[in-house]
Amino acid sequence: MASHYEAPIRKPLVTGGKSYHDVSVDIVNAVEGKANKQWWIVFSIALIMFLWGIGCIIYTISTGIGAWGLNKTVGWAWDITNFVWWVGIGHAGTLISAVLLLFRQKWRMAINRSAEAMTIFSVIQAGLFPIIHMGRPWLAFWTLPIPNAYGSLWVNFNSPLLWDVFAISTYLSVSLVFWWTGLLPDFAMIRDRAVKPFQKKIYSLVSFGWSGRAKDWQRFEEVSLVLAGLATPLVLSVHTIVSFDFATSVIPGWHTTIFPPYFVAGAIFSGFAMVQTLLIVMRKVSNLENYITIQHIELMNIVIMITGCIVGCAYITELFIAWYSGVEYEQYAFLNRATGPYWWAYWSMMTCNVFSPQFMWVKKLRTSIVFSFVISIVVNIGMWFERFVIIVTSLHRDYLPSSWTMFSPTVFDIGIFLGTIGFFFVLFLLYSRTFPVIAQAEVKTILKTSGDNYKKMRDKNG
Amino acid sequence: MAEKILHAIYDDDDKLLAAVKKIKEAKIDIEEVYTPFPVHGLDKVLGLKETRLAITAFIYGCIGFSFAIWMMNHIMILDWPQNIGGKPSFSFIENMPSFVPIMFELTVFFAAHLMVITFYLRSKLWPFKEAENPIPNTTDDKFLIEIKFDGSEKEIKKLIKETDVLEIKLHLNKKNDND
Repeated sequence: MASHYEAPIRKPLVTGGKSYHDVSVDIVNAVEGKANKQWWIVFSIALIMFLWGIGCIIYTISTGIGAWGLNKTVGWAWDITNFVWWVGIGHAGTLISAVLLLFRQKWRMAINRSAEAMTIFSVIQAGLFPIIHMGRPWLAFWTLPIPNAYGSLWVNFNSPLLWDVFAISTYLSVSLVFWWTGLLPDFAMIRDRAVKPFQKKIYSLVSFGWSGRAKDWQRFEEVSLVLAGLATPLVLSVHTIVSFDFATSVIPGWHTTIFPPYFVAGAIFSGFAMVQTLLIVMRKVSNLENYITIQHIELMNIVIMITGCIVGCAYITELFIAWYSGVEYEQYAFLNRATGPYWWAYWSMMTCNVFSPQFMWVKKLRTSIVFSFVISIVVNIGMWFERFVIIVTSLHRDYLPSSWTMFSPTVFDIGIFLGTIGFFFVLFLLYSRTFPVIAQAEVKTILKTSGDNYKKMRDKNG
Repeated sequence: MAEKILHAIYDDDDKLLAAVKKIKEAKIDIEEVYTPFPVHGLDKVLGLKETRLAITAFIYGCIGFSFAIWMMNHIMILDWPQNIGGKPSFSFIENMPSFVPIMFELTVFFAAHLMVITFYLRSKLWPFKEAENPIPNTTDDKFLIEIKFDGSEKEIKKLIKETDVLEIKLHLNKKNDND
């Protein structure tokens, strides 16, 4: 037992006196059991939203982008707001699985699988928006540098929009293999328990014949470590490049050097809020309270609080630099944000993102499940407003006062956004019934150091 | 070719590690060890060589980096230089700052994907591959040591019984022809 020593100050990460076998059983329960009524209700709502969204997408594509509320002045609005919002949400998954792996944070193990699933599902939603905005989505492959039949026509590597194509597709595909590689031993566990032949067949297929040899595990750990090392700068680069979409332009309010770190912090902030929203529900529905403990929720709240403060700091820096720059257009852009016709969006953003996470300084509040859930929703709303504020308020009053205007979304703008929320939840709910939602093989490695029964045993016997 | 296979099954990672050490000390060759999760220190006790996958990732990353430079130089400078927003398009080095993001992305893309593919091929993991763990429990909570040998099993069995073993199973090696 001596080799499994962990400082007594560390709280247990797995409660309920679990053995290795208990871990397998608890995690496989959701897969082997039947879905309850609530699952079907939520799934039906999500599916209806998704279908509604598909309807709006079909209408938009067959009619043209004019179906949206965009006008000559505000040429980017909900589409890019939703795109950045979804990409940002995705970032927490990689942060949890890669950055926390490099920092050897054991608490990541209970949440990394679902966070990575969330990453993949939300990046899919994000990718939909630029593709729909192209108007002719069947020509989306024109964004790739492929030799073509129309002459020597190439893509423009000077454009941040093209950097986005590379960043998002690298991010999506690397996240996917990272996730799947980690899933192999867990799929294998389900495969080896499966009684129904169909289930056995499916899980044999997806587990790629994982057998758990000593050499396989050695390689597995090395691959996880190197992938984490690659994914960490990757995740930072992705939102940096997303921020370049704005920062490399010459629009007052967009043309700022603070954008990359500010966007990355915001992405982590919103992503952790979404992980919190999903996991607070999932731990209850799938009976995983012993694995996703109050301590996990508390730690995530601390990350939300810190990144919320960073984001708040960035907001204030932006205001200060706008004033300090002496550029009147820049000064007006920010004054207009806070006090112009979109003041309500700006102050919703401030309230949700800067003020609301400050409650997390109080231990009682950050260990309260209901309160954490409410704040996580508030932060998600606030981060959507942040993108809306950055995009729409910077555009709607440009250099030429005669073109000043307001933006109002049409039913199709709203429908497509709701549709992506539905699509996201359809994917996540299906995932929660068919995938091992906790990286059980990894949790087993920390059971002896961080399981409450082993901790107690050590306290007793020394 | 070894004609007998012995499976020693354990229910704990520490018992497994102790047993592997003991078997190794007795100079008996361990064919394979199957575990439900990565047991730390097992590769050292078994005397496995360090994996070189990280080195391959570095090489793949270099390939991705070079590919990105070659591609963007070919497209933007050689094949069809254009004046885009006044950015210099007739010299790679002057246009290079705009290429940095994609150089980075392609480095990561190549390193990550090719390393994972190498891992899958080396460990023989792909769809429709049959699993090879001798008992299904080794993905749940059992640890298994596989020993192949000829002749009498008495001594090996005696040695293994001295460890904290849960169960010993003896099989005849049917796959002799294939091995």
